[in-house]
Amino acid sequence: MSTAASVSATPSASAPAKLAQRVHWSDRVAHVWLLVIAFVLLAFLAAPLATILMQAFEGKDREFVGLSNFIAYARTPALLSSLWNSLWVSVAVTVITIPVAFLFAYGLTRSCMPWKPLFRGVSLIPLLAPSLLSAISLIYWFGNQGIAKNFMQALGISQIYGAPGIVLAECFAVFPHALMILITALSLADARLYEAAAAMGTSRTRKFFTITLPGAKYGLLSAALVTFTLVMTDFGIPKVIGGNFNVLATDVFKLVIGQQDFAKGSVVALLLLLPAVFTFGVDHYVSRRQTAMLTARAVPYKPSPSTGFDRVMLLCCSAIALLMLAMLGMAIFASFASFWPYNLTPSLRHYVLGLVDGEVGEGFINSLKMAGGTALFGTLLVFFGAYLLEKTKGASWLRGPVKMLAMLPMAVPGLVLGLGYIFFFNAPGNPLHGLYQTTALLTLCTIIHFYTTGHLTAVTALKSLDSEFEAVSASLKVPWFRTFWRVTLPICTPAMVDIARYFFVNAMTTISAVVFLYSPETKVASIAILNLDEAGEMGAAAAMAVMIAAISAVATGAFMLLARWVDRRTQAWRGPR
Amino acid sequence: MPDSTAAAPYLQLSGVHKAFGAFTALNAIDLEIQQGEFVCFLGPSGCGKTTLLRIIAGLETPTAGRIEQAGRDITIAPPAERDYGIVFQSYALFPNLTVADNVAYGLVNRKTPRDEVRRRVEELVKLVGLPGSEKKFPGQLSGGQQQRIALARALATSPGLLLLDEPLSALDALERVRLRQEIRALQQKLGVTTIMVTHDQEEALSVADRIVVMNHGVIEQIGDAISVYREPATPFVADFVGKVNVLPGRIESGELHVGQFKLRTSASERAAHGDVKVYLRPEDVLARPAGGGTPSFAAEDPFVFDAEIEKIEFLGSFCHVHVQSAAFAPHRLTVYLSLNFLTEQALNTGSALRLKLLPERLRVF
Repeated sequence: MSTAASVSATPSASAPAKLAQRVHWSDRVAHVWLLVIAFVLLAFLAAPLATILMQAFEGKDREFVGLSNFIAYARTPALLSSLWNSLWVSVAVTVITIPVAFLFAYGLTRSCMPWKPLFRGVSLIPLLAPSLLSAISLIYWFGNQGIAKNFMQALGISQIYGAPGIVLAECFAVFPHALMILITALSLADARLYEAAAAMGTSRTRKFFTITLPGAKYGLLSAALVTFTLVMTDFGIPKVIGGNFNVLATDVFKLVIGQQDFAKGSVVALLLLLPAVFTFGVDHYVSRRQTAMLTARAVPYKPSPSTGFDRVMLLCCSAIALLMLAMLGMAIFASFASFWPYNLTPSLRHYVLGLVDGEVGEGFINSLKMAGGTALFGTLLVFFGAYLLEKTKGASWLRGPVKMLAMLPMAVPGLVLGLGYIFFFNAPGNPLHGLYQTTALLTLCTIIHFYTTGHLTAVTALKSLDSEFEAVSASLKVPWFRTFWRVTLPICTPAMVDIARYFFVNAMTTISAVVFLYSPETKVASIAILNLDEAGEMGAAAAMAVMIAAISAVATGAFMLLARWVDRRTQAWRGPR
Repeated sequence: MPDSTAAAPYLQLSGVHKAFGAFTALNAIDLEIQQGEFVCFLGPSGCGKTTLLRIIAGLETPTAGRIEQAGRDITIAPPAERDYGIVFQSYALFPNLTVADNVAYGLVNRKTPRDEVRRRVEELVKLVGLPGSEKKFPGQLSGGQQQRIALARALATSPGLLLLDEPLSALDALERVRLRQEIRALQQKLGVTTIMVTHDQEEALSVADRIVVMNHGVIEQIGDAISVYREPATPFVADFVGKVNVLPGRIESGELHVGQFKLRTSASERAAHGDVKVYLRPEDVLARPAGGGTPSFAAEDPFVFDAEIEKIEFLGSFCHVHVQSAAFAPHRLTVYLSLNFLTEQALNTGSALRLKLLPERLRVF
């Protein structure tokens, strides 16, 4: 082997021979796996997206038509008004949600009010059910037969169907997303700044405007962008409560499923992709600034009790939490009502109707299959992929593209991804065509849809490990996969349980990506709810949405127990904490 | 100390060059290390010492050059095909494995019988002075103990070369001194060729057979502790290793003019005509009290001069004494005096001193 290295000891000054290390066989194994990950991301992410892009520039006979699809789109006033509707509704929701979420996050992180864990739990309720749960609930509150319809009309809103309903329901649905970002931003405070300010006799208000707000500004920006994008691309809520009020997301569905106008559908999908890509870019930039702000020596801020302030915070947070509970509570109440609004005696009528007659029972089985598959295979794929990227070496030409592909799903709305899947996998020439409408494809699509968050969790966990483990292993002639199995995996199991929980709950509640991909046999519960609603079976839809929330809650609890068990099994070395 | 001319070197680096983009991290590194030697790479942060160690370990690939270990070309060999054990500043112990599993990590993979592994682990843990800690997790040990276990793990497979990357930097001062002596003793006992990277000159001077002083990616000097200290090859080495007075001087026909002194030394005769910088260690100035009583220097000695104490910097048993003297005005000198001497002679700020220059100790650049 050593003879192969024909390197002169004294390199010529003009063109020094660039040395490359011989690749060890175990590193080759890593490269092969990295190629497998790259293939999965290419086939199930890049290729479907590329197909949408192509569709947008193709005519009926797949000929290249330049920008004429875009021009045709711009000449359709109805579609343009949807664009405007989407934009202003998203802005409205952002303007309402961010201050409210900030207030809630401020109470949780900066006050000493009681019942913080309870508030935190309540704020996460919207994540447990499909977003349309809030739309259904609003219809029971303010709809044609809603119990508070008169109150609403007294406020000057003639009916809930349309923009008012969408805005209200979205505020509820996106609240936890904005809240989590803001809580993180507000927890990253350095106590020393506040101590220094206090030492100089700074007032509470001045501290807020000179330390707290500037410190949280990146979080605020990020939360606003995420909120805007989520509303822009959400499909369930406008479908249920939108009435005749069209938005981009419902347009895509109508164009593609209703009118089979793939070209215009692609154009709208690209429009949906734009704000998401923009958000992603800004967020990426901002998150780097945010981490740079907090040095390793910062002292975490701990609020000190202050009776008056804590009471005000408790009051505000209670009001917000009560609104959230009212939203869920109404859905639960209505789901048990025998015949809304005339006979409110509790019965299981809607549950029976939904599960048996509406064939949602089968949907639940499909949902559980899909969510289980997503949690299991998604976690393995994401964690192994992140490990290969972070901890193995060589094949550097492959790493940049794979890293980019791993971050890309964050910028792709589910609706766009699902549309890409139709175009790509439904093409008869595609060797993967056999996957179309199978549970396997639904699972893969969901894994890809939520890939980035899992990936980032895994990367964070891996980055916290000593970067020299692999170097030490190599010096001891132990191949990387052995160290992966004996050291990395056991240390990271809590992070993996976390990723699995995230995948499971999201797979249970997702609608947007899979709405294009199911067949009658593989229909999942969240889609079945949509169909019940379309058929006018509101009560059954509410019942099934509540059931999904219940299953998600139980699953979350189960994952928490699993995490505790795993903790005890694998984290003994951390010692008593 | 091994004779560098006789046997073939155990480790030989020739023309090693490393560039990161436009930045040259290492330039034309030539180095030979003998079997059983303890060599320190010493230099300020960013001088390339860690990069050089990582190149020897195969964790970085040189841009050009050649590395041979025990006669084998390892320039482009992956780490797994090289023969070394390594200890990092961060210990890099596997936190979820016990001390015994950590130490046995490299042994288990070599399909060593279980009994033998246990025996070897026991032996190593004892060797580093922590018998009975096999069942503990790294988190239950102090920093110094963890570093000892990391050392045991690196030595478990009996590697031909031991690489230590700032192994003591994360420890407190007392532990650092204790562990460096233990490492040295262990190294001498096992006879394993060892390279240690450090930025602490005291550490390098106290343990190394030879010191490789590096700066800006090049080797400034290679030599044993005494020669690096007493005969620094470059102004950088003189400045970096130990404390030194830097005085402006002039060479005129083989004679060195510094302050009021004109002297002729072997160095001044070799030096070219012109302005020079004169390097003088604080301890290379001897001191006596100025007045009578205790035997003082003869006033007619050409290298004796009078001075006045301007400031005393207390360091413990020795002090840095800043003095002012007509002989070197306007430049001040720092001399190294024992606390005993200062106390016995009742010397204080403002006291007069009689000092004597040791001309052969002057370094001229």
